[in-house]
Amino acid sequence: MTEPVLSLSGVTRSFGALKVSDAVDLDLRAGEIHALIGPNGAGKSTLIKLISGEIEPDAGRIRFAGRDLQGLDQAARARLGLARTFQVSSLIPDFSVRRNVMLAVQAREGSGFGFVRQVSGDSRLGDAAMTALGRVGLQDRAQVPAAELSHGERRLLEIAMALALRPRAFLMDEPMAGLGSEGSGALIGFLDSLRGEAPILLVEHDMDAVFALADRISVLVGGRVIAHGSPDDIRADADVRAAYLGEE
Amino acid sequence: MAEFLNERRMSLAIALALLAVPLMAEWLGNSFYTTLATRAAILALAGVGLNIALGSGGLISLGHAAFFGIGGYAVGIIASHHQAYEPLMTWPLTIAATNQMPVLWLVAILASGLAALMIGALSLRTSGVYFIMITLAFAQMIYYFAVSWPAYGGQDGLSIYVRDGFPGLNTLRPLDFFLLCYAVLMVVLALVRMISGARFGAMLEAVRQNPARVAALGLSPFRIRLVAFVLSGMVTGLAGALYADLNRFVSPSMLSWHMSGEIMVFVILGGAGRLFGPVAGACIYVLFEHVFGGVSDYWQFFLGALLLGVVLFARGGLIGLAAGRARHD
Repeated sequence: MTEPVLSLSGVTRSFGALKVSDAVDLDLRAGEIHALIGPNGAGKSTLIKLISGEIEPDAGRIRFAGRDLQGLDQAARARLGLARTFQVSSLIPDFSVRRNVMLAVQAREGSGFGFVRQVSGDSRLGDAAMTALGRVGLQDRAQVPAAELSHGERRLLEIAMALALRPRAFLMDEPMAGLGSEGSGALIGFLDSLRGEAPILLVEHDMDAVFALADRISVLVGGRVIAHGSPDDIRADADVRAAYLGEE
Repeated sequence: MAEFLNERRMSLAIALALLAVPLMAEWLGNSFYTTLATRAAILALAGVGLNIALGSGGLISLGHAAFFGIGGYAVGIIASHHQAYEPLMTWPLTIAATNQMPVLWLVAILASGLAALMIGALSLRTSGVYFIMITLAFAQMIYYFAVSWPAYGGQDGLSIYVRDGFPGLNTLRPLDFFLLCYAVLMVVLALVRMISGARFGAMLEAVRQNPARVAALGLSPFRIRLVAFVLSGMVTGLAGALYADLNRFVSPSMLSWHMSGEIMVFVILGGAGRLFGPVAGACIYVLFEHVFGGVSDYWQFFLGALLLGVVLFARGGLIGLAAGRARHD
């Protein structure tokens, strides 16, 4: 069996006395969507931060694309091909939608340090950005400042920026949050088609989306993975029902 | 688009006005105003330097006098050797002193850039008020070092008996020296404009607005800020070199925190992050100093009132007030 794209083993992190991640084992294989679910405060976002490098684990290892990520900062992990979308949209508010994506294209090319060639006339950056925007259906909003987008459009722009990075894996923290049922329906269809491009570790509260998309599901409660399996297994799991699904 | 054109027109007007003053003055045979305009152009250049860090990068440095002073001392020290017919150093190799501005400028730019690299590498690990305090602390360290360095004048400073030369110009003539400083200012503004429109400028702007996003895209905000800080220090250092030759004198006051504050006033008054903001700010500063300075010793009261008004009611500075918000397509 080939090595998973991303694997966590024994990842532990405490804030004071509180263990927010407790010996988490998790992996993400090529071509799949692996959903991470759990009640509020279960440590899902912490886990995303641990993987992306925003915080460091106290113990445990994280491997990605055949490398140990220990000691690599966020930027280095992103360059390895980890594309993250944020729970609360994180954009460059004064930049137009197109410029936001152009920044991602520029980052993918690893060039923050061009001093001569003007960005506005760089059709290669612009075209790549428009391609990514076209895929999420934001091409008509390309010239609008990101600050003026609706909530749903911001979520889509986040995804367009992640696409423009052409990553090896996506880390998506609640991409459906705050989308109407129509919006999330469209996004489910899109993410479904995305798994062939790169696997997705999906943190999501929307159970319709999770059960429609996930190849595998891990359930996180109190920082521990209490169950792991196919959507059917999880639906049938008594512990999960008691700890989590029952509350819904 | 209309607003953008408006800013360009305004920039052009400021550039032409700064050029017109000394030309008029020379025509009227009063070179005092030429020197005043030269001072405005040089201080503007110092502000253009700070604006790269403060305006574009959001790095509030209260230590830019360090770079201004290092640029000045680079010129002053070399001049002191030159006028004593001494080489700069004799070991391991002999380097003769020079009075040629292009060489002096290069030395000033390299020295201030190196200082900015070291100060930036340490202080950019902090942010917010700590960054302000650390940049201030570094500048004060250099200030006290200059005060207590008797070989180069200590507290009394260094005099440059004859202004350094530039090939093909008579820098002793006020108009020639003004035109030289003005040309340097315009060339630097053109370079800053080019850089801010290029990939580095886009990244720096993005880092100012949302560093976490830039890190998530795979570029290190620290490195982008450090490069900006070094460029910023180099430009302010070049301004210091010109300032030394303008006054034919350097002293620790060029390194003091008052100077850092003044440079910051140019930027904020004119408009942080606007290309011609520091130029407008420095011109108004020099104008106030001249007009109200003749009326009262407390002329800075009027400047303070203006600055207060700008900070409270025109966050984009005077350029922002006239030309509206900055645009990013």
